[in-house]
Amino acid sequence: MERLSNLSYKNQRILIIFLFSLVPVVLLLTFSYLPVFKMFQYSFTSWDGFSKNMEYVGFDNYKTIFTKPEYFAVFKVSLYYFFATFVQMGLALYFATILSFNVRLKNWFKGILFFPTLLNGVAIGFIFLFFFKPEGTLNTMLDLVGLGAWQQKWLLNPHLINISLAFASVWRYMGMNFIIFLGAISSIGSDIYEASEIDGANRWHQFRHIIIPSIKKILQLNLILAVSGAIGVFEIPYVMTGGSNGSGTFVIQTVDVAFKYSKLGLASAMAVVLLGIVVIVTILQRVLIKEEK
Amino acid sequence: MKKTKAVTGLAALTLMAGLFAGCSSNNNNADNAAATNAGNTGTGTEATAAPEGDAAKDIKGDITVITQRTDIVDTVFKDYAAKFNEKYPNVKVNFEALSSYEDQIKIRMSTNDYGDVLLLPTSVAIKDLPDFFEPLGKMSDLEQQYTGLEERSVDGISYGIPITVNFSGVIYNKQVFKDAGITEVPRTFEQFQTALQNIKDKTDAVPLYTNYAAGWTLTQWEADLATVAGDREYVNIAQVASDDNFVQGQPHYDLYKVMYDAAKNGLIEEDPTTTDWETSKADLANGKIGTMMLGSWAIGQIKGLATNPDDVGFMPFPTNASKILVPLSDDYNLGISLHSKNKEAARAWVDWFINESGYPTTEGGGMSPVKGAELPEILKQFEGTDVTFDTLAPAKAGEEGWVDAIDKEAEIGLWQPDFKKVIIEAAIGNRKDSYDDIMKDLNDKWKAARAKVTAAK
Repeated sequence: MERLSNLSYKNQRILIIFLFSLVPVVLLLTFSYLPVFKMFQYSFTSWDGFSKNMEYVGFDNYKTIFTKPEYFAVFKVSLYYFFATFVQMGLALYFATILSFNVRLKNWFKGILFFPTLLNGVAIGFIFLFFFKPEGTLNTMLDLVGLGAWQQKWLLNPHLINISLAFASVWRYMGMNFIIFLGAISSIGSDIYEASEIDGANRWHQFRHIIIPSIKKILQLNLILAVSGAIGVFEIPYVMTGGSNGSGTFVIQTVDVAFKYSKLGLASAMAVVLLGIVVIVTILQRVLIKEEK
Repeated sequence: MKKTKAVTGLAALTLMAGLFAGCSSNNNNADNAAATNAGNTGTGTEATAAPEGDAAKDIKGDITVITQRTDIVDTVFKDYAAKFNEKYPNVKVNFEALSSYEDQIKIRMSTNDYGDVLLLPTSVAIKDLPDFFEPLGKMSDLEQQYTGLEERSVDGISYGIPITVNFSGVIYNKQVFKDAGITEVPRTFEQFQTALQNIKDKTDAVPLYTNYAAGWTLTQWEADLATVAGDREYVNIAQVASDDNFVQGQPHYDLYKVMYDAAKNGLIEEDPTTTDWETSKADLANGKIGTMMLGSWAIGQIKGLATNPDDVGFMPFPTNASKILVPLSDDYNLGISLHSKNKEAARAWVDWFINESGYPTTEGGGMSPVKGAELPEILKQFEGTDVTFDTLAPAKAGEEGWVDAIDKEAEIGLWQPDFKKVIIEAAIGNRKDSYDDIMKDLNDKWKAARAKVTAAK
């Protein structure tokens, strides 16, 4: 009988590596690359998602997207999430820095801050829907602390709706940024802090001259992730408002086109365009950040 | 050390094997079923018909019925199956209930495995029905027996029978109307607005609850188009023949003006963006809401929540047309999968379900599609009045599905919440565009799409 141990160590290694990578690679191919390939294919058809025959229409779908301004107008909404990104990163960095020093109940705070990341996005949508209701949590709390005059219809007011939604998004994703920053900050050796303390550096100096330079790479990475996330915002506005009252994003629009109006071809083209935008933004960021050096 | 590696390698392999086995097990079952029932399968395009009497005992096989009624699948449907088995003892009926039917069945239908008996999804283009469903017979023959067939028929062949026939209009709370001093059911647009205003002034109830947040509830308004037009031929014939579908004086304009005016005058709920469908039903039932625009299917649900079910009333949508027409329209249609292995048994279920189960009037809450069946209780009040109930006239030959095609091409969404939401947002001052701006935009889209669709046919 063929036994694994009959093979040389090198061949065993190759076999094991091959077997282990087989599973993720097959999963990756079936659930990532094949759908993307299909998406490109569909984007050149006028397929409705059901029909047996797919009509090839060339670049018609792309022409539609780039000639109708209403498809791009929704990117304005992404700006809210883009600015929220900086708030989110700032808060994450702030908490990560504080909690990397000796603080009482350190692990408890870490848990609290990371917790939202573990929740399902749909659940978060519902939580915040209740939070923002006219008689919901936020208004009740404002009333309790004597700020009753600040009560608002948070989702009804067109000036506030996107800020409210972006706030929910910050609450949800900050934990992830926080944990990454925390990891990066923990990797800085304690001797450096000690040395700086002897030189008379206070906490702010340490943050400014030790922490920031040390985690610069991670900051860049988080920024890229956050910005591409801001372009592709979907679940929070979709669950909470369905994109109504001026909170629609490009992805919500894509989903509507595909499933409300059965234009799968056009929706695929929109998805390809979105993919293109994300790729361009990412490359742009990399180039710009590199030049800084 | 070496041993552990071998073990982990094996574990990985087993995992993979399990993964693939998991995917294919269903197909195996289907193949087995096919083998055992090979003698029974229906033939390609010919219609299958249910035999009568003793022949019923010869029908056998397993069928899977897919339904949207998650609430009663384990109770009422089980009873149906038992009764069905009295007549067809050799058919085993399995049920599957999908919570968001339309979305889930769409994905299922890209495979060959979507049950034996299922509801025809409304999002499948009418012309594509023959690719997915078994023909049930010639429409001209079946018409002797059923109403509402024209909605899901292609080239004179029917692919589905409605599980119930709905009528649409205003569901209101009689007590609220009484408290507001409304003695007569409002008939015209002005009377209706006045009634809403009275409710606001004299009671604590919300005059008109839009259910904006749920979205789909707003689409219920579209069903009242025929009432506003006062013409059963408007929806499928006159509408597609016109470039001016949304201009002033046309039914669409008048229909949604009711919504706009109510919202503008503060006669809707305080914060539409956070409404909740489930509580709205209870609120209407118990007098916290005056009116909602819904179909007959909701009456049973709302009455079920009311302390006094007699308070829940139905009235036609307001109209300035000379006669009041309450349109009857199909609920979901029941059909048979083209890939079913037991088409005779499936057909037997369809016929039995529509004719003998009692579903259309009891659980469905509407009218039975069977011709000559009795009217539901709530409609008896309209006997002898100037209110008529009628189905919509089918589209002209060669123009079937045009309304739908133009609608999708234009991305208007007659049966989608989008532009209704825009109307409400504009009315409460969240948007700058006026009602006429919105209608003009819709009309432009309609015109362009209509030109494209009519040119293509």
